[in-house]
Amino acid sequence: MWHSLSRLLQHRLLIRTLVVRELTARYRGSMLGFLWTFIHPLMLLGVYTFVFTYVIDPFRGDGASPYALFLFCGLLPWTWFSSALAEGANSLLMGGNLIKKIIFPAEVLPTVSVIHNGVNFVLGLPIYFAFWFWFKPESVSIHLLWLPLVIAVQVLFTLGLAFFLAALTVHYRDVKDLLANILTLWFFGSPVIYSYTYLKSEKPDGLGTKLLELNPMTHIIEAYHTSMFTGEMLHWRRFGVTAIVAVLTFIVGYYFFDRLRDSFVEEV
Amino acid sequence: MAAETAIRVAGVTKRYRRVAQSHKFLTLKSAFVGGNLFKLLNPAEVFTALDGIDLEIERGETFGLIGANGAGKSTLMKLVAGTTKPTEGDVVIDGKISALIELGAGFHPEISGRENVYINGIMLGLSRAEIEARFDDIVAFAELEEFIDAPVKNYSSGMYMRLGFSVAIHVDPDILVIDEVLAVGDEAFVHKCLDKIGEFKRRGKTILLVTHGMETVRRLCDRAAWIDRGKVKALGDPIRVVDRYLNWVGEQEESELTRVEKQRVASAGEGAGDGADVEIAPEPPASPEGEEAPYEPGRWGNQAARIEGVRFLDEEGHAGHVFATGDAMTIEISWSVADEVKDFVFGIGLFNANGVSCYGTNTDVERFKGKSLAGEGNACIRMPSLDLVGGTYYLDVAVHSRDGRPYDYHRGLYSFRVHSRYGDVGVARLGHSWDFTGGVQWKQLGGISSERDPDLDRSD
Repeated sequence: MWHSLSRLLQHRLLIRTLVVRELTARYRGSMLGFLWTFIHPLMLLGVYTFVFTYVIDPFRGDGASPYALFLFCGLLPWTWFSSALAEGANSLLMGGNLIKKIIFPAEVLPTVSVIHNGVNFVLGLPIYFAFWFWFKPESVSIHLLWLPLVIAVQVLFTLGLAFFLAALTVHYRDVKDLLANILTLWFFGSPVIYSYTYLKSEKPDGLGTKLLELNPMTHIIEAYHTSMFTGEMLHWRRFGVTAIVAVLTFIVGYYFFDRLRDSFVEEV
Repeated sequence: MAAETAIRVAGVTKRYRRVAQSHKFLTLKSAFVGGNLFKLLNPAEVFTALDGIDLEIERGETFGLIGANGAGKSTLMKLVAGTTKPTEGDVVIDGKISALIELGAGFHPEISGRENVYINGIMLGLSRAEIEARFDDIVAFAELEEFIDAPVKNYSSGMYMRLGFSVAIHVDPDILVIDEVLAVGDEAFVHKCLDKIGEFKRRGKTILLVTHGMETVRRLCDRAAWIDRGKVKALGDPIRVVDRYLNWVGEQEESELTRVEKQRVASAGEGAGDGADVEIAPEPPASPEGEEAPYEPGRWGNQAARIEGVRFLDEEGHAGHVFATGDAMTIEISWSVADEVKDFVFGIGLFNANGVSCYGTNTDVERFKGKSLAGEGNACIRMPSLDLVGGTYYLDVAVHSRDGRPYDYHRGLYSFRVHSRYGDVGVARLGHSWDFTGGVQWKQLGGISSERDPDLDRSD
């Protein structure tokens, strides 16, 4: 397994090329082209802000204002996570002819899904920072330096799941249909549109609060909130455990993927 | 050149597993409960694609693999290319390998040919600088200078394939694996590819070639292997291997035609006993014109005289269904009569696969005057040279009265296949020769050869 894993590093060039291909191919033929990368999250943000400000009132408390910015902060990493998983689960099937017809390291495909969606995330960050500096300059702090670590933990966690789901989808096509619904549930189970801190202070013993505690994405999104919204120190214990969970997820996911690797060519 | 081994295939068995869907559902459940998914994904059904294959291909050798569809050639290719792993045994490759299995696999339709060349090259193991250096050659070889910046989705399938071939061949491998890709592409490009393969050969590279083009194997390969149902049936000199394979193909066709014919005769024969005069042939098959009805196999007649069977005999009198243009052939019609018949005509009609009448005759038009037909016997039509173009032919045979009342009419129940060395067309091959005067010079003279050489390149 470690041997195969090191191969992943050897294929940097291939991964990079494929990521660029995905990015260039995606908006080819559309008028705004690459601008969509920026317009998409902004439009999504607009929709959510409208709905959760004027239609539904989520559990947000004072810590989550300005609300649009708070939403933006959680939505960026969440969009990355969910689109990477949806795409990653499907990646082996979509890239089937690559695996079948040329000597191709299968793990490149889910990795590309995770990275190329990550590019969208990274490109969204400057926009977010611009808003952040403008609307909430008092909370910009040194704790922003934790951001790379938070991103790294998210990458590991997402990769692990993507490997696992991709391998599983090859054998059970039902996974991708199931996944779409699970991701919706997961979205509402992660503190993107509401504030976990506020929830915890209001209902410390609620069932929802307890369950949310078990969700790694809760702590990852919370880490984004602390480092690039409120400008506070990470919650070390929670985030540390989450980091360990992420590493384990990666190892287990990759191990699973590696074990099923030889079956891909036949099943894809 | 030293006899080093470039590709060693040792005792390789490849089994494909088919896991039933219901079985799968159970496994998913128990896998998560019991945590033993890997074990449970074991086969419900196993298909053995390759069964204990041993091959050694030397460095610098051009090796041909032939065999019917589904024989396991492509599986072997994939094993050599490394896209799949053997269930048992080992595949050892010495050198950089490039596989032309699916051309343009991994091309993305939305982006330009240029970008796809880079991506494809990297997938095939080139570095960016290497591609840069070869880029112009790749484009020139594919003849796509004008279109290289257009998105690949707008390419014709020929352009797509040319670009794929061009990239793969410019990887400059030590070992080149080619799987039937020469079957596509126009004549000119195929020649170019063959030239390129020839160049590879001269430079001492190893080539493993899978093809249905027997001529290619004979001309290009140093050695060949014939694979059938996952086993090596013949190995060695390509001419010998190809011959053995073609003989086997002939036998297969023979038994297939026999089987189909039996079926047709059996189904037409049912109901012929009591169904006499169900249908009356409008005209004897000798008249080729005015045949409007679709050509359907059938049998009719009042059975005053019966045709019991028809055989196609070769020069030595062996019955068969596969002949070559120019072979001698005899059509043997076995007949029987219960009560003596005084007014009778034997006739045949030959139709090609499109239902076009190629030839028809009967004893009456050839001035035989029937006197008495009694008991049983054979009527044989001997043809010293079967002058038909390649294809499948159906035979009408009949015994009827002089005014065309059928006693027993068998329509299209019997068929045989003709292989032709030539691609000539029409309903028959007319005897001919070529003569030239004036300033005509030939590199090589053509002409009819008696060598039996079924044109297999065109089938499937």
